[in-house]
Amino acid sequence: MAHEHKHGEENIKAYGNNFTTMTPGPFAKWLRTCVIYQFIRFVIINLKMITVVKKSH
Amino acid sequence: MARLVVLGGGVSGHTAATFAAKWLGSAHEVVVVTPNSKWNWIPSNIWVGVGQMTAEDVTFDLAPVYAKAGINYKQAKALSINPEGKESSDKPFVTIEYTEAGREGENEEVEYDYLINATGPKLNFGATPGLGEGSQLGEHTVSVCTADHAAHASDELDKCIEKMKAGERQKFLIGTGHGMCTCQGAAFEYIFNIEHELKKAGVRDMADIKWISNESFLGDFGVGGLHMKAMGFAVSSKIFAESLFTERNVDWIIGAHVSKVESGKIEYELLDGSTGEENFNFSMLIPPFAGVGIKAFGKDGSDITDTMFAPNGFLKVDANYGAGAYENWKASDWPKTYQNPTYGNVFACGIAFAPPHPISKPMKSPNGTMIGPTPPRTGMPSGIMGKTVAHSICDRILKGDNAPLHEASMAEMGAACVASAGKGVFSGTAAAMTIYPVVPDFEKYPGTGRDTDYTFGEIGLAGHWIKHILHHLFMYKAKLNPGWTMIPE
Repeated sequence: MAHEHKHGEENIKAYGNNFTTMTPGPFAKWLRTCVIYQFIRFVIINLKMITVVKKSH
Repeated sequence: MARLVVLGGGVSGHTAATFAAKWLGSAHEVVVVTPNSKWNWIPSNIWVGVGQMTAEDVTFDLAPVYAKAGINYKQAKALSINPEGKESSDKPFVTIEYTEAGREGENEEVEYDYLINATGPKLNFGATPGLGEGSQLGEHTVSVCTADHAAHASDELDKCIEKMKAGERQKFLIGTGHGMCTCQGAAFEYIFNIEHELKKAGVRDMADIKWISNESFLGDFGVGGLHMKAMGFAVSSKIFAESLFTERNVDWIIGAHVSKVESGKIEYELLDGSTGEENFNFSMLIPPFAGVGIKAFGKDGSDITDTMFAPNGFLKVDANYGAGAYENWKASDWPKTYQNPTYGNVFACGIAFAPPHPISKPMKSPNGTMIGPTPPRTGMPSGIMGKTVAHSICDRILKGDNAPLHEASMAEMGAACVASAGKGVFSGTAAAMTIYPVVPDFEKYPGTGRDTDYTFGEIGLAGHWIKHILHHLFMYKAKLNPGWTMIPE
């Protein structure tokens, strides 16, 4: 319980399917739902997607 | 007056028909032949499949839209193409069979000057014993391939949630139902939406969720995987996908060909030749795709299906079908104009064109079973192809038979993908990705095969917002509301 913020790590099974992957830490997770940060990312992702769309037409 | 006949009213066919009608005006005729009465924004079927949208939210009636566009709409399925006409006439035509209420089974010959085959796939549930019969979904699993399938899946999901609330543990198995499936992305999005809904319902701890797919590595997605710019690294989609699965505590089986489906159980074969079984209470398995089974006949009535179509039932276009082994594959094998090599007035786009070969490296088990993703031709590339083909045909009609054809190779175009996990504006997260180009070009981009300045992926709420916007934007565009041509494919 003391490490609830590390629950992603707890899902790793030693030498199992997922032992070699990476899991996000609490800050990375917080950023995913931080509205201000996500708004900035929203603008950037849109610009990137528009660029890809333009390059594809 | 020239007549363009478009077979299919999905993303590719609808895009081609509506742009052609706009560019040609009333001086020429555009005919759409599709067995469906409704248009479906298929990416949002995922939200229907978890009860966050209804089938009505993701569909609309085609008839009024085509009436507005001046398109002659025939609710029917194409049976055959006669590209040389018949003995009494040189005019090429297609034979169609009406599916419209009141006209079921009625046949008609529709002559054309130009033909676009954009039928999409036959959902080949029958390829896996127990998954279904022919193109009909069976009773053991659910599907999100159509809006009605997805609504049924949502009902079944609700039943599982009720059981879990009553203390009964449930096993969810999501992925691909055959060794030669495509559309792993749809199953990928669905599994994380289910996971999110179970969490919301407070029953996540009562559920075991497992992924099963024909990918040789997690994150292949039918495009051989991709490398995305993240944290200063070019990170493989394998790491990206494995991380997401681990974080959400979803186990996986990969390199799997599902060989049999029974009530609550599947049997599968792996790339190493071993076999196994997996039980489930709820399973959504994507079926493999095949051509819809249109036949082709010569002027004398002889069967020329093999001339026009590849063995998998998809229409041959200007691709290099003789590339052979994986080591010989090149980006230039992929078609540019989507013109049939035998009949210059016939084109194919979207899933209906025969790809030259897979994008992912083909793999086979020691028993000889092919296990590997077939190439995706859906979404943004599908729309771009439709518009490109329409452009070429309109030029030929308006400027003459020698007008140059427009090009749109999947090896030179990108795609934007958003895989949601939930539908909330402030809850859940989505994976937003772009890939450029869709088909890797290892000569132009040595190493990863793609331009990592334009190939990226990240997880966050922003992706959810984009998914919401795309839903409304594309529904708006497909309905031909004011300014629809300004919205890119």
